[in-house]
Amino acid sequence: MTVSTTRVARAGVVAARPTLWRNLARQVPAYVVVFRRVLRGTAFSGFLAPVLFLLGMGVGLGSFIDQNSAGVGGAPSYLAFIAPGLLALHAMQVAAGESSYPIVAGLKWTKFYHAMAATPLRVVDIVLGALGFILVRLFLVAAVFSAVLVAFGAVTSWTWVFAIVAAVLVGAAHAAPTMAVAGRANSESWLPMYFRLLILPMGLFSGAFFPLSQLPAALQVVAWFTPLWHGVELVRGLSLGTLSPGMTVLHVGYLLLWTVAGTAVALRTFGRRLVS
Amino acid sequence: MLDQTSSQIPQPAEAAEVLIHARGLSKTHGSVQAVRGIDLDVLRGESFGFLGPNGAGKSSTMKMISCTSPPSGGTLRILGHDPVEYGSAIRAHLGVCPQEDSLDTEITVEENLTVYARYFGIGRKAAKVKADELLDFVHLGDKRKVKVEALSGGMKRRLTIARSLINDPDILLLDEPTTGLDPQARHVLWDRLYRLRQLGVTLVLTTHYMDEAEQLCDRLVVMDNGVFVAEGSPRQLIERHATREVAELRFPPGDHRAVAERLSDLCERVEVLPDRLLLYVDRGEETLRAVSDRGVHPVGSLVRRASLEDVFLHLTGRSLVE
Repeated sequence: MTVSTTRVARAGVVAARPTLWRNLARQVPAYVVVFRRVLRGTAFSGFLAPVLFLLGMGVGLGSFIDQNSAGVGGAPSYLAFIAPGLLALHAMQVAAGESSYPIVAGLKWTKFYHAMAATPLRVVDIVLGALGFILVRLFLVAAVFSAVLVAFGAVTSWTWVFAIVAAVLVGAAHAAPTMAVAGRANSESWLPMYFRLLILPMGLFSGAFFPLSQLPAALQVVAWFTPLWHGVELVRGLSLGTLSPGMTVLHVGYLLLWTVAGTAVALRTFGRRLVS
Repeated sequence: MLDQTSSQIPQPAEAAEVLIHARGLSKTHGSVQAVRGIDLDVLRGESFGFLGPNGAGKSSTMKMISCTSPPSGGTLRILGHDPVEYGSAIRAHLGVCPQEDSLDTEITVEENLTVYARYFGIGRKAAKVKADELLDFVHLGDKRKVKVEALSGGMKRRLTIARSLINDPDILLLDEPTTGLDPQARHVLWDRLYRLRQLGVTLVLTTHYMDEAEQLCDRLVVMDNGVFVAEGSPRQLIERHATREVAELRFPPGDHRAVAERLSDLCERVEVLPDRLLLYVDRGEETLRAVSDRGVHPVGSLVRRASLEDVFLHLTGRSLVE
């Protein structure tokens, strides 16, 4: 059969061009359903992690360190030094965790991102929606974490309130590139490697537990390029009230760079999976 | 008076509404050419099928039609529009039931529908009403509050179909809708799809089951190696490419070409398979008697009506399900 003319089936088909905000808003109900399910776990991990870390490292290890020195890395006590470091570290860990396996699950196992891509949602809407949801959860985690730090007396400056926002930024700077990796992850062994070879060493050597000056010079240079070091410095500086405007701009800028670059790559890797 | 007169003037048949229009459509994945220039028009209300073996290019074609895979070449218009430029707007009017269920297994049956409805901009209350209606339609009304992971394969498939109907789509695209289901679940599903067809929903499906194609499609194309090798209604295809009946002669596995040679004048055509010969004839029982008269005694024999499987075998020299 041949039909010469192609009639427009619905005149209104292209009347409504999609907008990012409209399509992000349309994902809110879906994420609310997920959020309700994970709310308790998220809040609990935001509470339990700092309690355990502060008891073990801040109080236990800290009392030992403080016996032998007067202040660590510009902080009056090891507890005051490590508390913001732990917040930045935890933000990175939660961000990397939430933007790795759950993303691979949606892309490869249950394939519900494919189902989303069959709706008016575009790849950009899906990627930014998933990232946005992770950041909302990070905000909750950072807020609970901070409350614990305040309760422990580990915070010394009012600028601390900005540290919560800074922790979310640290999360974004790690969640976006991790999403890019998750979008590209072809074999099951990619993510364990990613965590062992990148996330774990970065957590150990980016100034969260001890000042970077303790590292050999070459490793210090490497650490300067990690987003986590900038995150730790930013959160710590805000918690101690010692951060200069110049360094604030540098750290925020560097974290934003990772966020934007990671998102750009994630758009590509998601696109290759969902629209190919 | 005037009105009556004018109404008696024969009107030209109303131009059929073309929902899917393709010319020279092709798709390349890396170095693999999955679809190699196909022409296609699907009209509103039609039930259209792509029949072919795995790897024929059916799914690639479906992905292009569902506006989630940009064509590599040729023209494609869905609902009259270019899927690359207007993908999002077109997808608002499509229902897609993918080969794999792609449900969110951690939320409930009902939530899978209501959440999905919101992606289309359907309001909360309307989504709930629609979800209720669709769950009843696919016989999952009593599973509303159950988590998806607890459902059987057939139930998940039905839920996926319900989800693909959430936006009252102009076209429902079903990629291998019953692959992997047990016979009973398949029949439940067919029943539901048949109902949709009666309701006038435009169905486009791929399958490698000939019985499915025969049951569900008004019109179908046989696809092999990225091209259409035949097109028509199931009945037309069988009439054109097969005979009325098929006499099947079963033999122990081996090379049966010599036997086929001896019997070739008894039928229009003979297909040689490892364990049997298929003789294409109009009256099968007579043929069986003639075979016996020639001193050929298969271990088993039967006569059946020709099916799309025979059409496919004839057109490509291969079975659909290997």
